[in-house]
Amino acid sequence: MTRHRILGLGLLLVLALMPVLTDLAGQPAFLSLMTRILIYGMAAASLNFVLGFGGMVSFGHAAFFGIGGYVVGFLFFHQTEGTLFLGLIPGTSQLLITLPAAVLVSGLVAALIGTLALRTGGVQFIMITLAFAQMIFFFFVSLKTYGGEDGIIIRRANELPFLNMRDKATFYWVVLAITTLFFLGLRRVVNSSFGAVLDGLRQNERRMAALGVPAFRYKLYAFVLSGMGTGLAGALMANFLRFASPDMLHWTKSGELMVMVILGGVGTLFGPFLGAGAFMVLESVLSSWSEHWPLALGLILLVVVLGTKGGLMALVSRLGGRK
Amino acid sequence: MILFVEQVLNGLQYGVMLFLLAAGLTLIFGIMGVINLAHGSLYMIGAYAGTYVAAQTGSFWLGVPAALAAAALTGFAIEALVVRRLYARDHLDQVLATFGLILTFNQSIILLFGRQPLFTQLPAGLDGSVMLLPGLPYPTYRLLMIAVGLLVAVGLYFLINRTRIGMLVRAGATNREMVRALGVDIRLLYTLVFGLGALLAGLAGFMAAPILAVQVGMGEQILLATFVVVVIGGVGSIRGAFVAGILLGLVDTLLRAFLPSLLRQVMPGSEADALGIGIASMGIYLLMAIVLLVRPKGLFGATA
Repeated sequence: MTRHRILGLGLLLVLALMPVLTDLAGQPAFLSLMTRILIYGMAAASLNFVLGFGGMVSFGHAAFFGIGGYVVGFLFFHQTEGTLFLGLIPGTSQLLITLPAAVLVSGLVAALIGTLALRTGGVQFIMITLAFAQMIFFFFVSLKTYGGEDGIIIRRANELPFLNMRDKATFYWVVLAITTLFFLGLRRVVNSSFGAVLDGLRQNERRMAALGVPAFRYKLYAFVLSGMGTGLAGALMANFLRFASPDMLHWTKSGELMVMVILGGVGTLFGPFLGAGAFMVLESVLSSWSEHWPLALGLILLVVVLGTKGGLMALVSRLGGRK
Repeated sequence: MILFVEQVLNGLQYGVMLFLLAAGLTLIFGIMGVINLAHGSLYMIGAYAGTYVAAQTGSFWLGVPAALAAAALTGFAIEALVVRRLYARDHLDQVLATFGLILTFNQSIILLFGRQPLFTQLPAGLDGSVMLLPGLPYPTYRLLMIAVGLLVAVGLYFLINRTRIGMLVRAGATNREMVRALGVDIRLLYTLVFGLGALLAGLAGFMAAPILAVQVGMGEQILLATFVVVVIGGVGSIRGAFVAGILLGLVDTLLRAFLPSLLRQVMPGSEADALGIGIASMGIYLLMAIVLLVRPKGLFGATA
């Protein structure tokens, strides 16, 4: 435990010094890669919460990612236009308001989708989550007011009091702080009695039901929490890209998040972050070699799925000789 | 009225296309328990191989065996190299491995043929129209597509319900373990079913080539609709795939054709068009959600 804590603090220190390190190395592009890794890591970890810990294979998490992004986009749009969203809600560009709003809205949508989707299971669950994500995708594509297929350009990242969010390093630190809080919160939930119930539901739902656990309700809670986390990541991504578009909602984005989870290790706390890192680094390295990088990515994916069990996280613990 | 009949025929044509793809996919789903996201890639490969051969030889009809052969061979290769290892895995691994296959196939096609869409010339005699009713001309080729689709449906019906192989397929879809326990060479059956599914996907791809652009990504576009058909029809049911395919083809086509003009009566034109297309695109997914909520196993789903 103490060894873990030292490792964790060391890692946090390195991550916190990253803007200085990338400056010294003259690699400012690496800092934005790191920012993206942290954000995607949160989305993947949220997906992993239902997928790995809860055993619910959701193929529609891009919906929550996109909704988080679009909440930021909508609020910015209405602030610059000076109009009210639905004639009720004024726009804003304060991160302290947009982030909770994004989390809240994606949580509500997750509650709605989860209530319906969790009545099925197995293949049908995969397909119905995909179906809902597709509906949301086409819904946003058809919103001409908000750019339709082109999405909303957010000309300035959301503001935080006393901080200059246009500075790349500051933005990175803010993302890092949020990621750290997110990770600690996630660890707490996973290790709580709620996490234990979820683990039990994944292993044997019927037995848990026989023990008197209301299975549906617990799965729904997990699904909503997962949607909220993914929405948070989406809101940060919209701030980072200064852009919210249907691209964030595309079903291949759901696929990419799953790839990150698998790459890193299903049902591990730190795995999704590792997987997001591996995926983004792989993507940027491969795409700098050749425009045909998805070919290599596809093959690597096949090898990883067919050839390994437990992803990178299993590799790390095997190398470390732990567990 | 004329317009409506025309759109119904278009819907029928789209419906039989969906059926051709869904028939294979539902068997692969139902018998092997594998989610094959790469089914759309087989459709794309059939379209590319057929179009390429047709363009090189100048004969549309030579494209047909080329498309079928290319799709079936690719299907056999996928089954032997990848899918066979996934039977015992959970759905997550299957989704990911076949997602990897999609990326691989799409990029390979770009490497071979480039990003420009290919176009096919219709053969002479099929590029005209037939007068179905006075004032209702309809393209001959689309009628041919409907006819081929219905023929395949009849053929599959006899194959599944009247032959020994069909009996094993039905048995496999109902209870896989029992068929294996009775000493049937299940691996051969799997390979045959996968090959048949690939063949049908290749046929659908080549048939669609003259009326759509042959391009990378065409597989994924239709794949999602195909999955919707499979799930609505009930996993493992050919009859379900047929009914759901036609139903979805009609719903999708009619919504796209008539919703924007209906909406235009209550809102300005460009917004009505965008919203109409948006809702029409959502239509099939909405239908699936409703069907699954009422009948979680689909319309004709075998009770597992």
